[in-house]
Amino acid sequence: MSDISTLRHILATCRTVAVVGLSPQWHRPSYFAAKYMQAHGYRIVPVNPLVAREGGDILGERCYPTVQAAAQALAAQGQSIDMVDCFRKSEDIPPLADAAIEIGAKCLWLQLGVEHAEAEAKAAQAGLRVVHDRCVKIEHARLFGGLNWAGVNTRVISAKRPQQLPY
Amino acid sequence: MAQDHPYGFGTLAIHAGAIPDPVTGARATPIHQTTSFVFDSAEHAASLFNLQTFGNVYSRIGNPTVSVLEERVAALEGGRAALACASGMAAQMTALLAILKAGDHIVAASTLYGGTVGQLGVGFERLGINTTFVDPADPENFRRAMRPNTRAVYGETIGNPLVNVLDIAAMAQVAHDHGVPLVIDNTVATPWLCRPFEHGADIVVHSATKYFGGHGTTMAGVVVESGKFDWGNGNFPDMVEPSRAYHGVKFYETFGDFGYTMKARMEVNRTFGAVLSPMNAWLILQGIETLHLRMQAHCRNARRVAEFLRDHPLVAWVNYPGLADSPYHALAAKQFRPVDGLPGGSGILTFGIRAEDPARAGERFIDACEFLSHLANIGDAKTLVIHPASTTHRQLSEDELKKAGVGPDMIRLSVGIEEVDDILWDLDQALRKAVG
Repeated sequence: MSDISTLRHILATCRTVAVVGLSPQWHRPSYFAAKYMQAHGYRIVPVNPLVAREGGDILGERCYPTVQAAAQALAAQGQSIDMVDCFRKSEDIPPLADAAIEIGAKCLWLQLGVEHAEAEAKAAQAGLRVVHDRCVKIEHARLFGGLNWAGVNTRVISAKRPQQLPY
Repeated sequence: MAQDHPYGFGTLAIHAGAIPDPVTGARATPIHQTTSFVFDSAEHAASLFNLQTFGNVYSRIGNPTVSVLEERVAALEGGRAALACASGMAAQMTALLAILKAGDHIVAASTLYGGTVGQLGVGFERLGINTTFVDPADPENFRRAMRPNTRAVYGETIGNPLVNVLDIAAMAQVAHDHGVPLVIDNTVATPWLCRPFEHGADIVVHSATKYFGGHGTTMAGVVVESGKFDWGNGNFPDMVEPSRAYHGVKFYETFGDFGYTMKARMEVNRTFGAVLSPMNAWLILQGIETLHLRMQAHCRNARRVAEFLRDHPLVAWVNYPGLADSPYHALAAKQFRPVDGLPGGSGILTFGIRAEDPARAGERFIDACEFLSHLANIGDAKTLVIHPASTTHRQLSEDELKKAGVGPDMIRLSVGIEEVDDILWDLDQALRKAVG
């Protein structure tokens, strides 16, 4: 499910993203990606048990210990989580896939170097879109503009004027 | 499962990296002749300097016109990302300095462009990076020269001016057995004829000055990465450890399979400044749009010229990998796109005149050409001619010349895309004048 059309659809419709494993340290890849998404109009919901235990927040958003706790808190505000974005090791994915299914998320997104065939199949079966081994920030920049400025081969071939400005 | 449409070479040559400008709707790539770009806020500026968001800051780091060229070349090579530089030599330097430092070692083919022999053998050596040059005819020569501190293997797809063809896959095997990348200069072949990544190369460098531009107006270079090399294999700590230039950003971890290009851009190009101007990038882009058509014409014409010279009574020998009796024919057939059913061989060939003093005859031949241009360049739409031993490879020692395959009688032709009958006419009349 990683063709341009599907990825564009996911990134256009999943506006509230639970970032599992979001680090509070500004130079970590998870922080980079979450900050970027926040700057581009997405709502970031941090999921990090260690930070949550201390009652901390990251990027100005309250941090939750689990995906389910985050979904519950948002439901009380009349909001829901669209995407569960995982900055975790591949072995840690199965319970996260289950959580994504449980909360009714639209998409399970596994970051760079993260894959788990079984968990992914289970999520796909439950109707979620599944993406693995990709970074939300990089894919957003690739498809909506910005990544080309880093000289990356975006593979986007089009004669249409973009409707969304890349900043 | 939906798949993206796989666009062909010619389409990519025209379109890759170039979607219409969102603000103006301009279809052709605008020339963003600006040194700097505004920040939307202090926050935005901070994000850009932290590499937390992608954007334009200063044209020594990146420029939107230059980006189009970078993406264009990355797409044509089938690579992940690319970085443009002021020249092919700058691209080589940037490609290597991104991963090498004092105390490191390179194993390179001996059959290289003279300028590259100088860059590696003298320039880099002065900086404490040593190179061992080996005869690429036997890939095992590379293996024998590898040392514990070797960090790159280097060669040219088609050597200049020996016009030898590398066995890229064999060299890649040697490099990978040692956990280092294979760097290939694909200038003479171009990705139309050969894509080194498909044969195991990890980094490709280009002098875009040559076939990419094709009009001999503009200097430029490009570095491309495959995105497949494992920089975390332990041999490249600077790729995985916190960067001193970016308060702890680990290039490979943060940017993944284009981490090398990011590092080359932020730590070499930006720091040493051998960057490409937007105007020059635009000029190269004008040429690249027709690369597929021109390369086909170059290959066709070069084959006709090679056969003509081979059969000419006044010519002693001809070297062209597309000819059946070339020692490199098998490698050409294995690695190069066929043209009219035979392996393409690009546009470069060498030959020697049958005369008592072939070197002198060669000089007279060059002087007698009517429209073949005597100059130091290759890959132009115009046919070019030169005598390497006394010019492009003049700085090499006798031993180095021998290893590069440059004899005193060698004349190098960069066959252009003029009417082939005119090229043959000029060659013939100049040969007669040279020997007569």
